[in-house]
Amino acid sequence: MFREEAQLQRGTNPTTTTWFARAHIDPPLLAGVLLLCAFGLFVLYSATGQSSARTMAQAVRLGVALIAMITLAQIPPVVYRRWAWAGYALGLILLLAVLVAGSTGKGAQRWIDIGFRFQPSEIMKIAVPMAAAAYLYTRSLPPNLMSLVALTAIILPPVLLIARQPDLGTAILIGASGAIVVLLAGLRLRVIIAIGAIIGAALPLLWQQLRDYQRQRVLTMLDPQSDPLGAGYNIIQSKIAIGSGGLFGKGWTNGTQGQLEYLPERSTDFIFAVIGEEFGLLGVMTLMLLYLFVVGRGLYIASQAPDSFSRLLAGSLTLTFFVYVLVNTAMVTGLLPVVGVPLPLISYGGTSMVTLLGAFGILMSIQTHKRLLPR
Amino acid sequence: MKRAAERKAQALRRFRIRSALMLSAFAVAAIGLVGKSIWVVVVDRDDIMLLAEARHLRTITINPSRGSIVDRNGEPMAVSTPVDSIGAIPKTLAPAIDEFQPLAEALGANAEQLMRRVSRNMDKEFVFLARRLRPSQVEAVNALQLPGIDVRREYKRYYPAGEVAVHLVGMTDIEDIGQEGLEKAFNAVLAGEPGAKRVLRDRKGHVIEEVESIRSVRHGQTLVSSIDLRLQYFAHRELKRAAMAHRARSGSVVVLDVKTGEVLAMVNWPATNPNNRAALKLDAIKNRAVLDNHEPGSAIKPLIVAAALSTGVADAAAIIDTSPGKIQVGAKSIEDKNNLGPISLATILSRSSNVGMTKVALRMEPEQMWRVLDRFGFGQPTGGGFLAESSGLLSHHSYWRDISQATISYGYGLTVTPLQLARSYAALGNGGVLPQISLLANPPPEAGVRVIDAEVAEAVLGMMEQVVGPGGTARKAAIPGYRVAGKTGTSKKSAVGGYADDRYLSVFAGLVPVSEPRFAAIVILDEPSGDAYYGGDVAAPVFSVVMREALRLFAVAPDDSPAIGAGAMQAAR
Repeated sequence: MFREEAQLQRGTNPTTTTWFARAHIDPPLLAGVLLLCAFGLFVLYSATGQSSARTMAQAVRLGVALIAMITLAQIPPVVYRRWAWAGYALGLILLLAVLVAGSTGKGAQRWIDIGFRFQPSEIMKIAVPMAAAAYLYTRSLPPNLMSLVALTAIILPPVLLIARQPDLGTAILIGASGAIVVLLAGLRLRVIIAIGAIIGAALPLLWQQLRDYQRQRVLTMLDPQSDPLGAGYNIIQSKIAIGSGGLFGKGWTNGTQGQLEYLPERSTDFIFAVIGEEFGLLGVMTLMLLYLFVVGRGLYIASQAPDSFSRLLAGSLTLTFFVYVLVNTAMVTGLLPVVGVPLPLISYGGTSMVTLLGAFGILMSIQTHKRLLPR
Repeated sequence: MKRAAERKAQALRRFRIRSALMLSAFAVAAIGLVGKSIWVVVVDRDDIMLLAEARHLRTITINPSRGSIVDRNGEPMAVSTPVDSIGAIPKTLAPAIDEFQPLAEALGANAEQLMRRVSRNMDKEFVFLARRLRPSQVEAVNALQLPGIDVRREYKRYYPAGEVAVHLVGMTDIEDIGQEGLEKAFNAVLAGEPGAKRVLRDRKGHVIEEVESIRSVRHGQTLVSSIDLRLQYFAHRELKRAAMAHRARSGSVVVLDVKTGEVLAMVNWPATNPNNRAALKLDAIKNRAVLDNHEPGSAIKPLIVAAALSTGVADAAAIIDTSPGKIQVGAKSIEDKNNLGPISLATILSRSSNVGMTKVALRMEPEQMWRVLDRFGFGQPTGGGFLAESSGLLSHHSYWRDISQATISYGYGLTVTPLQLARSYAALGNGGVLPQISLLANPPPEAGVRVIDAEVAEAVLGMMEQVVGPGGTARKAAIPGYRVAGKTGTSKKSAVGGYADDRYLSVFAGLVPVSEPRFAAIVILDEPSGDAYYGGDVAAPVFSVVMREALRLFAVAPDDSPAIGAGAMQAAR
């Protein structure tokens, strides 16, 4: 008997059907996410200079995001698979619309106003891996060269459109989410190596395509002290924050770097440095363990998924989430250039919170709809 | 079907391997990041803490309040009032370039100059934008809430006595450091010591919290000067009046307490208001009473008489024949205005006979005469705590020839400062003991230096009283109700190749009251260019009014009985 079928049977076993399963909620994932969000609000209060107003605003956004998560969890994976192309197409149209008529914020054209302002790139964070998974669902695995070309055609247009806004960080992350789908689908090792070599060869070309400020960020990462008051300021300040936090930190709301406003973007992209300063290494490790727990649960869900679409989608969403964490922390600790990626579930900000919890909602849907799937 | 199922199973296996691999890779990356944090914490920590402290913690100095200078009755002569100055951290302020116009308006400055000042000092930690502002201006600047603005408490020096005491009190510079007079001489006492504290600042430069006090501020001490400001005012007014009336180039009045050596008044002309720095003239802040060297002329004569009496070459009853009104010393003929014939020492003083004085002086060995003058303090600074002081010139007796000894006896060929002359007179009034000059009130009682015997001092004092009496040269120095002793001097000023015939120094030095001297005073007017130039006409009247005021202020009992009646009658009228 195939293991998959055994699991299907186990899933249909009425004795394991709990209230959470009927509500399509995965308790371990929910617990992990809620712990992270609670920790986030706690840190945010300190990082916003003890602003109750902004902490409350974030709590309200968290509420909205939780509703979105639970709503998305009710929709069966088969629906997602059928509508994957429609979502992808909508996202692509909106991206084009942003390019033509989007509003500008902080020098980049990323926003679109449809009753409320939002970034179409957020849709693509889910739509790209979903479309890639939906495509691979119709193909035999591992993907052959033909599939690879098709996947490239799916992934590349939104990535390029977002990179042009310019929002290099999001573009790379969306590209990564697509690439993860392909890798999880079992792309042959020699093909992976070949693609890696091509990308390596193309890097100098890419360097030339970068804008001045983007190049500056890369150079600054390599040597922050070269311009301590200009481009290197962020990294030096965050290093000071983390370094001065020590093992146990200076205590909640006691971080001088954060509280005295030396640390830039301390409630958004650089909130990790606040955690390092106020809670020390212990706080940083606790946070990492929480993230690992959530990611572990996500991959468990993926490995238990009944079909290749759900599996690839769940795997990609989970690992991409981890990539967010890694990119942000690497950026704050000075290992990656400053690309403007928030720390997921912790940083202040609304759209990304909804997208992230939405993704977890899809994971919950995949975990809890198994017994309803005939196939 | 079976093959399809196998492929599915293989895909699932591959998925599990791949996802496990990726999770491992990411977990390794996460561990690496935590490791990087540990590295930052453990290895870079010391450097980073230094960097962090350099950013948050600043040591700022607390300016001490400068001590006041008051007169002997506590009246202020120099006081410090707190004022605020506005400075900036150029790098922090520079980005607020749009706000420079309102900032300039608040400071009452030019926006362009302000901008230049900030941009030129970008590498500095701090730069003053405007100093010593009115409270309303500081408020206006604070209201702008600009980053990098730093308000510093400073103290502005104000001199209530203005030009009356400027020569003595001196002044401070913008950094509150004494530049002249008492302000400089006693700067260490007045200045105090700045304190320092460590403060926590945010990125905008605002002080958030005082972390620790490194050194508490020690404020300056109050300096109680020996001056009586009321007398000082009065002396100033009278000197100014006389200097203007006689169109004198300059002048000084010094009043000493003969017993304690305290300087009760010390005024000079010309004078200037130290509160108006823009119009400050260096010539007008010079303390001539201790800096000018003058040939004293006849005012030296009582001291020569004292020398003669104490060396025993003459006694109080000695009669000197001055006929025929001139005497040949070496190549030079010394003359009196009239042939006075045989006269007493007292008459030599009251009629100011150069011939008589020469004859008396030449009875002494040069060393004898020199020794007495030396003990009277000529040729040496008084050491009264003045910032700068001339020592005058008294050449050593080994260089003296007869003619130099003769001219010195009537006040030429040596130079003295007004204060030196006043002090030597104070010795005559202090029973022959030279008092230690003090600019501070209530100096510790110090045994002065005995110059001559008390009897000699008393005898000379008696002779000097006749100078002010009928037939003397200084009847205008008299004070109703009091016995006054003194001596006039009208010396020709030295010029190229000799002495000028039309430029004089008018001097009167004296003591009151004779029965128990309290005050020694000197009045000097340099180059009076009106009709009068005799010391008895120009300087003596100033002495009279100033000392009358001193006697009144210090409530000194009258010692001249016939005049008490006259004084009382005057008062009754």
